[in-house]
Amino acid sequence: MADKQQSADAVAVETFGLNRRFGSLVAVDNLNLRVTSSASFGLLGTNGAGKSTTIKMLTTLLPPSIGTARVAGFDIIREPQEVRKNIGYVSQMLSADGELTGYENLLISAKLYGIPKMEREKRIKQALDFMELSRVASMLVSHYSGGMIRRLEIAQSMLHHPAILFLDEPTVGLDPVAKHSVWQRIRYLRQEFGTTIFMTTHDMDEADKLCDRVAFMYQGRIVAMDSPVKLKNTIGPEATLDDVFIQCTGTSIDERGDYRDAARTRHTAERVE
Amino acid sequence: MQQEPVTPPNAWNRSRDFVAFWRQTLAVAEADVRKLGHDPVELLTRMTQPALWLLVFGQVFTHAKIIPTGGISYVDFIAPGILAQSVLFIAIFYGISVIWERDLGILQKFLVSPASRYALVLGRSLSAGVRGLSQAFIVYVLAFILGVHLRLDLGSITTVLAAVMTGSAIFSTFSLIAACIVKTRERFMGIGQVLTMPLFFTSNAIYPLSMMPSWLRSISRMNPLTYQIDAIRSTMIEGSQSIFGSGVDFAVMLAILALLIAIATKLYPNIIK
Repeated sequence: MADKQQSADAVAVETFGLNRRFGSLVAVDNLNLRVTSSASFGLLGTNGAGKSTTIKMLTTLLPPSIGTARVAGFDIIREPQEVRKNIGYVSQMLSADGELTGYENLLISAKLYGIPKMEREKRIKQALDFMELSRVASMLVSHYSGGMIRRLEIAQSMLHHPAILFLDEPTVGLDPVAKHSVWQRIRYLRQEFGTTIFMTTHDMDEADKLCDRVAFMYQGRIVAMDSPVKLKNTIGPEATLDDVFIQCTGTSIDERGDYRDAARTRHTAERVE
Repeated sequence: MQQEPVTPPNAWNRSRDFVAFWRQTLAVAEADVRKLGHDPVELLTRMTQPALWLLVFGQVFTHAKIIPTGGISYVDFIAPGILAQSVLFIAIFYGISVIWERDLGILQKFLVSPASRYALVLGRSLSAGVRGLSQAFIVYVLAFILGVHLRLDLGSITTVLAAVMTGSAIFSTFSLIAACIVKTRERFMGIGQVLTMPLFFTSNAIYPLSMMPSWLRSISRMNPLTYQIDAIRSTMIEGSQSIFGSGVDFAVMLAILALLIAIATKLYPNIIK
């Protein structure tokens, strides 16, 4: 299903004047972007820049105030059900259920996505093996480490082999080892299944390592968009993505965001510790 | 809808959708039931309240003989009322677990899945129904020990359980609607307290309709708990007569449930905004 969609249309995600307001606050302001199939795209910005709001709109969790988008060839407003069938989503918060085992989390996902009974056990086993979670499959997820939970969540979101995987801050709060293990698996999914990756992050290093195209988001707008290499070259030979970000926005990536953003990030970080 | 994929004939399509719908509904309920299996302590602590009502309150008033119970002993009269009440008290706080899951991020995972919104809501009420069944078991055992004149044929027990599940589904869906409106745990706790006692005292749980002043009787006739108790009492207790008739009881309950599910389905996606 996903393959057919991709060959017919090489665009995985395209937004058309996407806009979202919360009262008087404009969280996402006239967003126009295009992500080709099988690409790995990173949306970068500070807390409160509008990254999560964008991803929530693209995954049909939040309706846009103005504008629309096509995801996997379907309109997010008129065909949300079709969009949902073709995407996987790993939210910034921890979405695996701590009161269930790893296996049960995967089983419930498989049933929600209508994976046929014969296929179900096979896919769950593959996912557990690939994420190196087979050993702890029958353990309650509340006893997992942060890295294990993240790997389980990615496994859950990939069970139905979606064309596009949305990752909202996939490694926030993880230690370097766990982070690398998550990165490695995201890369593999892309190579193996040609999955389009659409991620948000405020970790410049992560964007540099995983994404072949990045967009900087600032106050709800995109202020720069290109490959990490090209963006860095605009500044100078030794430049980092951080430097580019400061150049574009006049502020460092860690200096913005409100109380709620900070609370949420810390809360997630605390839970994965 | 644009770009509708080539579809098989309609009847086939509909039956396939129907199967998918029930599979998703059952998956939502299954997640909850499995959690109960991992931590049955909750079920044990919930035995205390009905036990107190039956062993203390029921015993005292049986001897007092001040409440006209239509030819059955007071403890016979109150046992069905206490069953319905204990189911109500659990179901009415169901919404808080939904708010909790929203705060953790678990709910978002359900909402990005292709499962129908109706399936997500119905699955929740179904799992609340299963919790209600555990209360029925406890009350039956206590009532049996206390010498309550129970009808223990299969038909009666099945009807009682059906009434318990329907009532549980009604009040948990009601609770879900409240959760979608108030959205925070603190506010919800207040609402839960405000709702339970009026529902309980305006029903025929611990005194009959015939004893009520006419204004209270009118309110009682609008309270779904009254119909649930009437259905349970008339089938559970030997020698007890139904006021409205079981058919009316179930018709009223199912109509209310259908209405509540329709409202909850509309509101459900709002809880994450």
